Amino acid sequence: MTTQKATQNQTEIEAVPDLPMIRMTREFEAAPERVFRAFVDPHLFAQWCGPRSIDTTIEVWDARTGGEWRYTASRESDDFAMGFWGSFHEVRESERIVQTFSFEGAPDGVSLETMTFEALDGGRCRVTSTSVVESIEIRDQMMASGMETGVREGYEQLDELLEGEG
Amino acid sequence: MTDQLSRAFQALADPTRRDLVARLAADGDASVGDLAAPYDVTVQAVSKHLKVLEEAGLVSRSRDAQRRPVHLEAEVLDLMTKWIERYRREAEERFSRLDAVLAAMDDTEDDDTSEGAAS
Repeated sequence: MTTQKATQNQTEIEAVPDLPMIRMTREFEAAPERVFRAFVDPHLFAQWCGPRSIDTTIEVWDARTGGEWRYTASRESDDFAMGFWGSFHEVRESERIVQTFSFEGAPDGVSLETMTFEALDGGRCRVTSTSVVESIEIRDQMMASGMETGVREGYEQLDELLEGEG
Repeated sequence: MTDQLSRAFQALADPTRRDLVARLAADGDASVGDLAAPYDVTVQAVSKHLKVLEEAGLVSRSRDAQRRPVHLEAEVLDLMTKWIERYRREAEERFSRLDAVLAAMDDTEDDDTSEGAAS
C-alpha cells in the first residue's frame, strides 16, 4: 500500500460474559451493497480474510442460502495449512449473511456467524457480526486462537501474576 | 495456563460475581457482610461466589485483619481486558484489509447493478 490513510472506523468487540458469544461491530466507508459483495465474492473475500503472510485458497464457494464454502489457509515458509469450512444458512442480498464456521484444528466445534449490513448516512455501512458457539469455554478458546504472536507472553505474564498471589 | 485464564473468564460468567467485581472496583475493599447486604441471598452464598473469584485470582482476602476484607486484583482484570484487546486488534487488522479491498473496488470495478454507483 502506498498511502497510509488512517481510518476512523474501529472494531468494537463485546464478549458477552455469560453467553458463549462474541459480538463485533465495524463501520465501513462503502455502501452495504459493496461491503456485502466483499463478503460473498470469493475473489474479494480471499483478499482480506487472512493475514498477508497467509494464502487463502478457496475450494468451494456457493454463497447463497443453503450453499456451502471451504477454503484452505496456508503459508509456504513453514508448511502451515489449515482447512476451514461451513455452510451458508442464509444469504440475504446486502442485508444479512448467516453461516456456520468450522476448522480442522477443532473439527467437532462449530460457530454460528451472523453478519448484518446496515446502511448509514453518507453511503457508509455498519457491519455487526455475532459468533455463537456451544459453550463459554469454547468461546474463550476461540478468542485465544489465531493469536500465536503475543499471546504466549500474555499467558506467561498472567501465570506470574497468579502465582504471585498469596 | 489456559485453564487459569478460562477460570477467570468463567468466574465472570455469573452476573452476581460480575456485580461483586464491579462493586469492588468502584468502592474498594469490602467485608463479605457488606458485599452480601444488597443481595437477596445468604452471606454463605455470597461467600461461595467470592471463593470462585478468589480461585480465579480475581480477588484476594487479607489474613491479618479481623474483617478479612475482600480485595480486587485489578491487574488480573486488566490482563483479561488486554487479552480481549488482542482479539479485537486481530479483527481490526482483517477489517483494515477489507477497507483496502473496498477502496480498490471503487477504482477498478463498476457496479453492474441497475442502481448504479452512488458517488
